Amino acid sequence: MGLSDMSTAPEQAAQGLAAMRARLAQARGKTYWRSLEELADTAEFKQLLRQEYPREAAVWDGSLSRRRFLQLIGASLALAGVAGCTPRNANEKIVPYVRQPEGVTPGVARYFATAVLMGGQALGVLAESHEGRPTKLEGNPEHPASLGATNAFAQALILQMYDPDRSQTVLNAGNESSWQQFTSAISSTLNGLAPGGLRILTGAATSPTLAGQMADLLAHFPGARWHRYEPVGDDNSIEGARLALGQPLNTYYDFSAASVIVSLDANFLYDDPASVRYQRQFSDGRRVADGLTDMNRLYVVESDSTITGAMADHRWALLPGDIQAFAQALAAALGVAGVAAVESAVPAATVAAIARDLHANGARTVVVPGRSQPPAVHALAHAMNAALGNIGTTVFMTEPVDIGVANGAGTLAELVADLEAGSVGLLVMLGGNPVYDAPADLAFADALAKAGASIHLGLYADETAQRCTWHIPEAHSLEAWSDARAFDGSVTFIQPLIQPLYDGKSAHELLAVLLGAPNDAGYDLVRKHWQTQLSGDFEVVWATALHDGSLPNTKFATVTPTVAAASGWLTAAPAAAGGLQAVFAPDPSAWDGRYANNGWLQELPRPLTKLTWDNAALVSPATAERLGLTNGDIVRLTLDGRTVHGPAWIVPGHADNTVTLPLGYGRQAAGRVGSGVGFNAYALRTSAAPWFAAGLEVTKTGERIDLATTQLHFNMEGRDLVLSATIDEFRAEPGMIRARVDHPQESIYPAWKYEGHAWGMSVDLNACVGCNACVVACVAENNIPVVGKEQVLVQREMHWLRIDTYFEGDPAELNPVFQPMMCQHCEDAPCEPVCPVGATVHSSEGLNDMVYNRCVGTRYCANNCPYKVRRFNFLQFSDWNTESLKPMRNPDVTVRQRGVMEKCTFCVQRIEEARSAAIREGRAIRDGEIKTACQQACPTQAIIFGDINDPVSAVARRKAQPQDYGVLTYLNTKPRTSYMARFNNPNPEIQASSA
Amino acid sequence: MIHEQSIRKELIVPPMDRADHVPVIAPGQTFESVNEQIGSVVLRRGFQRGWLLGLAIAFSLLMLFLVAVTWLFIRGVGVWGINIPVGWGFAIINLVWWIGIGHAGTLISAILLLLRQQWRTSINRFAEAMTLFAVACAALFPILHLGRPQFFFWLIPYPNTLDYWPQFRSPLMWDFFAIATYGLVSLLFWFVGLIPDLATLRDRAKSAFSRVTFGILSMGWRGSAVHWKRYQDLYYLLAALATPLVVSVHSIVSFDFAVGIVPGWHSTIFPPYFVAGAIFAGFAMVLLIAIPLRKYYHMENFITDRHLRNMAIVMLTSGLVVAYGYIMELFMAWYSGNEYEGYMTVNRIIGPYGWVFGLMILCNVVIPQLLWFKRIRTNTLWLWGISLAVSFGMWFERFVIVITSLHRDFLPSSWAMYTPTFWDYATFIGTLGLFATLIFLFIRFLPFISIAETRELVHQTGGKVE
Repeated sequence: MGLSDMSTAPEQAAQGLAAMRARLAQARGKTYWRSLEELADTAEFKQLLRQEYPREAAVWDGSLSRRRFLQLIGASLALAGVAGCTPRNANEKIVPYVRQPEGVTPGVARYFATAVLMGGQALGVLAESHEGRPTKLEGNPEHPASLGATNAFAQALILQMYDPDRSQTVLNAGNESSWQQFTSAISSTLNGLAPGGLRILTGAATSPTLAGQMADLLAHFPGARWHRYEPVGDDNSIEGARLALGQPLNTYYDFSAASVIVSLDANFLYDDPASVRYQRQFSDGRRVADGLTDMNRLYVVESDSTITGAMADHRWALLPGDIQAFAQALAAALGVAGVAAVESAVPAATVAAIARDLHANGARTVVVPGRSQPPAVHALAHAMNAALGNIGTTVFMTEPVDIGVANGAGTLAELVADLEAGSVGLLVMLGGNPVYDAPADLAFADALAKAGASIHLGLYADETAQRCTWHIPEAHSLEAWSDARAFDGSVTFIQPLIQPLYDGKSAHELLAVLLGAPNDAGYDLVRKHWQTQLSGDFEVVWATALHDGSLPNTKFATVTPTVAAASGWLTAAPAAAGGLQAVFAPDPSAWDGRYANNGWLQELPRPLTKLTWDNAALVSPATAERLGLTNGDIVRLTLDGRTVHGPAWIVPGHADNTVTLPLGYGRQAAGRVGSGVGFNAYALRTSAAPWFAAGLEVTKTGERIDLATTQLHFNMEGRDLVLSATIDEFRAEPGMIRARVDHPQESIYPAWKYEGHAWGMSVDLNACVGCNACVVACVAENNIPVVGKEQVLVQREMHWLRIDTYFEGDPAELNPVFQPMMCQHCEDAPCEPVCPVGATVHSSEGLNDMVYNRCVGTRYCANNCPYKVRRFNFLQFSDWNTESLKPMRNPDVTVRQRGVMEKCTFCVQRIEEARSAAIREGRAIRDGEIKTACQQACPTQAIIFGDINDPVSAVARRKAQPQDYGVLTYLNTKPRTSYMARFNNPNPEIQASSA
Repeated sequence: MIHEQSIRKELIVPPMDRADHVPVIAPGQTFESVNEQIGSVVLRRGFQRGWLLGLAIAFSLLMLFLVAVTWLFIRGVGVWGINIPVGWGFAIINLVWWIGIGHAGTLISAILLLLRQQWRTSINRFAEAMTLFAVACAALFPILHLGRPQFFFWLIPYPNTLDYWPQFRSPLMWDFFAIATYGLVSLLFWFVGLIPDLATLRDRAKSAFSRVTFGILSMGWRGSAVHWKRYQDLYYLLAALATPLVVSVHSIVSFDFAVGIVPGWHSTIFPPYFVAGAIFAGFAMVLLIAIPLRKYYHMENFITDRHLRNMAIVMLTSGLVVAYGYIMELFMAWYSGNEYEGYMTVNRIIGPYGWVFGLMILCNVVIPQLLWFKRIRTNTLWLWGISLAVSFGMWFERFVIVITSLHRDFLPSSWAMYTPTFWDYATFIGTLGLFATLIFLFIRFLPFISIAETRELVHQTGGKVE
């Protein structure tokens, strides 16, 4: 069957066809293919079919008969337009290069500075582009939020862009529509709108262009209102600043200048928009090298077990409500005026010791409050930082970077009230998914139904999109023009790397429609905004800013407000609550739910739990024992009459009587990866208590679920794998680390000789915070497949790089150590001699090469690898069928077949790329020129790679440090990857008192 | 047919049996009675119901094997329970188990022949067949377990344009040669031994088809003195060639483990301990088959209690060597002072797979001690049960070696469990079906006791009486 057959249809059918053709004409490229498929299921088409081919109709009705399959394949072959994607430089035509565009060499990647958004704020990145296809994001070293590194989310955005489940067409009340239909329909909606009937809802956003457009919009539609809702937002921080400083201010920190850091439930190493920068600064303050052994000291009080807590030198697991009492006790001990000492869960003597430590370090300290703590704790932190003299040295305040905050946007609760009152004629949602993630007490879905009309702009046709009048597919941040501010206000430009795959629109383009300029492209809108803002030769400034990624000197001026008297804002610390407390926290992978459909993040083992593909109610060992829970027991969680069911998981060091409920799961319409995975903690979250709430009831249901973890055993069994010591022990005896693993290295075989380079790596366990950025970077760089929960359950995850986590000591304490573990590229590799077909061989530069083509899959090498870093394609794990994923892959790395072994290659493709460049330029490869993907992503610079034959290379210098050691060297494997021991810097006073 | 009990007193005792007065062949046999009794199993028309039933069961298991292998080829080795760290699972356990079973045949045929142990005569033929079939089953697994089985021939050093050559340092490479050589020599030995019997069958066959088939297979054997001379020379030569293989094959299979650095594998005691284990398992399997076979075909006069008893003693002896191996492994783990070896040993005994270790000790060490008692040794039912226990026990031993060593090795972060899937069991049980099918076909279509050698035995012993 083809469309040509149908052209002989009678008059009546011809009309139906004309309508269908019109519909098809609206679709282009990938959409076209999809729409044909979807078209087949419409009532019109079936009717037409019945009239035309009564006998075939039955066949067509079958869900996926062979016949229909073949018809669709044939049709898609005949009719499909553009397959894959459009190169960045071409607009409408796709033809292979006849003349090579300037600057493009096929096979050589180009990098473009752009930014990705974390909590609405810019993280500057360089996007790697292969012939117009973005394949990888690297940190932009020039950008203040990145400093050259990225986080796990940024690394996974590439997959999000190519996600085949992204929304691909405009939807009108759930039916397929088009941008043209939308723009024409919306103007009449706007014309008929009662004054004040327009509402805009945004998440956290910092785009100056968007702010300008919003201002225009609010001016254009008098009475229109802007609301802001970010499920994992910084409202408490803003509110705390308002309390203590009298105005909503943005606060950021400089940890590199801090010798003593106190975290009040702040997971600043992971979940702050500036965490990438903070990690770097924090680890810079802890680097032990070349005899310099000064380390900062981190005190953490928290309820959940976080990676910030994991790095702490002293940590107390407190009920979330008890943290304010601790903050108050500490403030009193520090002598903050107007704060009286209160009883806290941490002994007063310890609090006094912390205060003495802080005082002793004067202005080189910082107190960081967490976003989940009430505004009073933020205010107390401001007061303490002011009392210590930290403001201006380690703590900085600026005007808010968030445009919603800066412009006094309303809250979601106010919006819901207006919706309930029926006064909203048109609600425009720029991103976000409030139907899923709004507090349960607001019943946003019901309120939404009362809006006259609603428009949802989003990457996915998600829960909210399905309940809106219009859904507009959003252009991904790698597909659209925009801008954003970093944590300090620096303006960063977002440039598209590719034409929108699914004709998505940016928020700017949507707002332009509302402003009556439906044909304005995002490019023009952003340029237009900055043409009014910039002085000097605009084209030069613009081009330079695009090249560098950010506009120089746009960071906000810092302000030094005075802290108001505590009596004005200090509220009594909440009374110790009985029963169990619920803590809501963003999931380390799914975040607030926006990454739920991202397979890379779903399969990413969460730090500390190593859970994949699910969220779980996290409890401490003692609480689990009291409630009779084991890992995977399904519990009924009831809070204020609202109930969800989810599995329990025991986490060492978690606060007792507290249950952490990670957000971001239980999605209904996330896509094929994220729908129906985990439980929805938003169902228990209320606007009154968005972060923690007392009165949680936990009941064991007796049911169980298998949760997939990549690590099952967290006890190091006394083996010398991760070596750690206190910094004082190390100062006294620097040889102590190596002494623990030293043994005679004798061999009857002659050693390998390396004439040229000898590649090696060193991983600083003292810097590694276990943030997982390297793991996802490795996945993105090396085309590592996602295997799914069932395969993770049988221990077949494919990650070449994993972060081994071991807990030490009392399970009630959080004393983990992290050890990134990847192929050690042994000098005498046990895998090499056992391969019968020579598929894994030693290279002339000391790499342990894996020859996929030669591998027959005996798996002997994996068995014989003492580090168990080899990964096997037990099934066809690489997705060879999904079209949209094909352009995503790194063309420099083989996409592996079923039945072959694979493992870390030290990013051999990057070595070869650098070698080619060096040969072309007639020079040697420079130290630092080759960065492995994990090294490049690492925010803490824990990973160093280079030539160990070169005695002055960074890696050789690292390997010369006394704390640099090899793992399992007793086997005489002579690993090329070495590790630097982990150190702690406990306060001698506290150590003595607790001992 | 003459009954043993009724005429025992009148007959002289065959030379081998002075010790316990049980003959290796029941008295009163003539050349003709030997030809008739053994040959008739093959030349009889029609099929017995018991045989058909047995074959049907075996064949349905073989079909299960084909289904399992088809699914394996469609989906990949991921249909099994293997993972990282346990990269080898049932496939390698089965390989080692089957190869072990395949040892008894060559031992009985070659070594006992060279040592002039006449009692081997009536059991050597089917022991050799069993060897051959066991090796066939074993040889399937190294191919099936490959991630890309379509490229198994890359293990063969063959001239090619890919500039491709195997990696001879790998024990898997040695394995390939060891198994291939063993299979080839076993086949030759078995077939050469069959030639005179095939000629006997040719001469006795009534149907034209049988005559032609056996005629071709007997390769023109006429029984002349020259034929016999050459036959003897060749047979002894092959026996001499096969003898080192008894030791070498399982030694090399043990290198697959011993060359590895995995605690629990890396052990110098493996070669002798594996060979002893192979003989142990091989004799258990011979008994497992011989006992019902002689009962069903009323061959008690050829496969006498004397055979069973001797085999029981070999089993007991090799079992003690195996037990010594276990003890030395424990000792060395302690004596080495190596924390990884130490943990491995403790984990073997009381870890999550400790129950397999317990079963292994029960089946391989405890139960075979019953063979010290003559009453048990001479009771076919007991002997059969003990043989069954040993067969299971040796499979458990390989499970302990392969799985328990791998599942917890050096880095605790990578420790995991191995859970076999339906397809693991299906493949294993399927090869049992393949083995049994081949055995059933063999006992029906070829003489499962050597006619020629039995006649020789009759000539040397009972023949004189008549």
